[in-house]
Amino acid sequence: MLSHDVLVVGAGGSGLRAALAAARLGVDVAILSKVHPLRSHTGAAEGGINAAFSEQDSWENHAYDTVRESDWLADQDATEVLAQEGPAAVYELDHMGALFSRGPDGRFLLRPFGPERIPRTVFAGDTTGHVVLQTLYQQALKERLRIYEEWFVLDLVIEDGVCAGVLAYDIPGGTVQAVAAKAVILATGGAGRLYANTTNAYICTGDGMAIALRNGVPLKDMEMVQFHPTTLPGSGILITEGARAEGGYLLNARGERFMARYAPRLMEQAGRDVVSRAEQTEIDEGRGVNGCVLLELRHLGEERIKSRLAQTRELCTTYAGIDPVHEPIPVRPGAHYFMGGIHTDLTGRTTIPGLYAVGECACVSVHGANRLGGNSLLELLVFGRRAGEGAAEFARNQKGVEVPEARVRDTERELARIVSRSDGERWATLRDILADTMSREMGIFRTGNGMRHCLSVIMELKERYRRVRLDDRGRVYNYDLVSTIELGFMLDVAEAVVISGLGRQESRGAHYRRGYPTRDDANWLKHTVVHRDPEGNLHLDYLPVRITRWPPAARVY
Amino acid sequence: MRVTLRVRRFNPETDLEPRLQEYTLDLPDHSTVLDALITIRERVDGTLAFHYSCRMAICGACGMRINGLAGLACKTALRRVEVDGTVTVEPMGNMPVAKDLVVNMEPFWHHLRAVKPYIEPHPDRVEPQDEYRISPRQVSELWEAARCIMCGACFSECTVDEIDINFLGPAALARASWLVRDPRDSRAVDRLRELSRPHGIWDCTRCFYCVQVCPKDVNPLGQILRLRRLAVEAGITDNNGARHGQAFAESVKETGWLDEFSLVPKSWGGNPVALLSELPTAVRMLVRKGAPSPVHPRRPGAHEVRYLFEKVERKRPEGKDA
Repeated sequence: MLSHDVLVVGAGGSGLRAALAAARLGVDVAILSKVHPLRSHTGAAEGGINAAFSEQDSWENHAYDTVRESDWLADQDATEVLAQEGPAAVYELDHMGALFSRGPDGRFLLRPFGPERIPRTVFAGDTTGHVVLQTLYQQALKERLRIYEEWFVLDLVIEDGVCAGVLAYDIPGGTVQAVAAKAVILATGGAGRLYANTTNAYICTGDGMAIALRNGVPLKDMEMVQFHPTTLPGSGILITEGARAEGGYLLNARGERFMARYAPRLMEQAGRDVVSRAEQTEIDEGRGVNGCVLLELRHLGEERIKSRLAQTRELCTTYAGIDPVHEPIPVRPGAHYFMGGIHTDLTGRTTIPGLYAVGECACVSVHGANRLGGNSLLELLVFGRRAGEGAAEFARNQKGVEVPEARVRDTERELARIVSRSDGERWATLRDILADTMSREMGIFRTGNGMRHCLSVIMELKERYRRVRLDDRGRVYNYDLVSTIELGFMLDVAEAVVISGLGRQESRGAHYRRGYPTRDDANWLKHTVVHRDPEGNLHLDYLPVRITRWPPAARVY
Repeated sequence: MRVTLRVRRFNPETDLEPRLQEYTLDLPDHSTVLDALITIRERVDGTLAFHYSCRMAICGACGMRINGLAGLACKTALRRVEVDGTVTVEPMGNMPVAKDLVVNMEPFWHHLRAVKPYIEPHPDRVEPQDEYRISPRQVSELWEAARCIMCGACFSECTVDEIDINFLGPAALARASWLVRDPRDSRAVDRLRELSRPHGIWDCTRCFYCVQVCPKDVNPLGQILRLRRLAVEAGITDNNGARHGQAFAESVKETGWLDEFSLVPKSWGGNPVALLSELPTAVRMLVRKGAPSPVHPRRPGAHEVRYLFEKVERKRPEGKDA
């Protein structure tokens, strides 16, 4: 049987960073990913990485900005770690070969990203994620890490309450494989595909979150889904926040810079949740342009657009037929990032010994109710390393156990059952209903009735899902089967999102609930935690927010 | 718009031969080839296999041949490529087909690994406490190569890899062109020496396909030519490619035109055993009266050609390619 000390599931930035950290401690590490590492969604990150580099800045400033943007839902000890370890983590990436944009002095060029008071975002044009992913992958090649490419994780193996490995589906060969590991790190990314309008890649289906949930591991703050203010209509393709950081502004159909009415001080640089709500309000109240608002860049001039926003221009011309040098870009909010995820501590540990989680699939709680732009790439560097080291240390003291053969046989039988069904609906039909319902009811504005309706739709879809019919009955590259399994994961994650959202009777950050339009610190300064009992029912619980130095205050833009 | 996709299908479990299958779809006007393929697998035929992920030309998963040339399905608008309402989609070339449009990219990754695609800092050099100092100009010069997303389109169309799969190929060499010039790397000369071996930089025949199909404007051919120049500048000339280039230039510079007769012996560096291997070709050329003359007089006006050479050599700005 295949066996490793540490097995990392997912080969995006978090997974690669964790694997490298574990490997450097001398343990045997392998990575398992449903796509080639370079196809991971980290590569699509555009804007940059925050860290307190400059002398006018400090880690305290960065941590405070992160806490304020989180609408005080982030755990402050976690944000302190993020901010303190930030600069070193980025310098390390530079030493590994990352090619970040430089100023005339040869040092990092810094971009003022989001509502920060000083520039602290290092970037590589508007393709920062590409640079991060390529650099980490290169290091993985250098370390000759074993990578199970196009192996799709199906489930965890838990023996006597300890994580003992995973079951995976080998997509090229169509077989079920067990990989034993003394420690497993889930780094499977987000679940943006729960929504119809999303910036996320097609692979972002919440696999790790669902698998954790099914094994009784709690998910935290799942209602907190960030909508990015600037995505292209139709495709949902991301237009970086860097466009506004460079001086771009937003206009409604009347040509007004409408942010003046929502955030008079910071205008377009206000929090992502605030800008997205403002845009949606303009659109809903009839001041949109074909369901969008307009992002104006023309005043930046061709030179600046070409040098700082080259990919943005390419995306606009390719996918919207618009050259931002000559025309404003129609944009609207789109589901972008899951602040919530698998509940972990500061070293990525979950509630199951030997199981770790990191990156977007996890919730170490640095983003709270609204993630600060530029913090997600930093999170994967800082906490990727921590999770890798934590898992390696744990693995050293474990003997390791075999995965029972019966698990493999049972899983094979289960897949065979799915493949052989002859009547029923297609997965894509159910996925569309799910994504449309989530967009409508769990989007930027939520209501109690809407969320309850959403939950009933999800429960009905889960029923229908049991009869989904496949076209492809083969073994080799059966993506029909992969997509079907992914849909099962998505339905479970969606249920957790709605249950958490129904629980939170206030509005905070990305969770805006009509009927409870204000933040209620007296009752709701706490995390939602949802876990599944062995019968499959979800239970909602709460955890206190850890506050170290910054008492809650109003977010004023 | 109504469009017919002719898709090359192959299922190794059931098919002996690939076949073309047609799907006619009604799609919004601005749809991409990827949109069409996704529509097929979601609505029409769930057995169709192909790679895709980001749908925004950054992950590099959906490389495939569209009307005979490799590109990203997600970056190709149907409107731009349809001919009488039809678009032909096939798997990439130079790599074995695993199923339908999915190819096994291992030959491509093998070459990437072969160029050691990672920074190797000098073991004795102390790393800075913060970031390395790199000028903005250096960054932008490296960026052309560094923005490669490893989609494999160039490798698919490489005419050298088509006849010699051991040729490192455009993407791996482009990556090497970044690392050789990166100030953080310590192995520039070693790398150039390795790249100058057979199947390396001198095997490219400058067919330009890689430049034509690259979806990210990496200009792989330009990167290869840059590596050749750097190798020669580093004194790594003990190979046919460098000698060929030098003999070519020397002959034109001195006589005003190309001395084809001496080109082959000079490229082989006068190695008699190797020269013998060219004998059959020479005999065939003689028989077919295609052999160049051994007499190679200077052309009138050769001094003007020489003057041009010298002028270009003087004017070549530092760090720029000729």
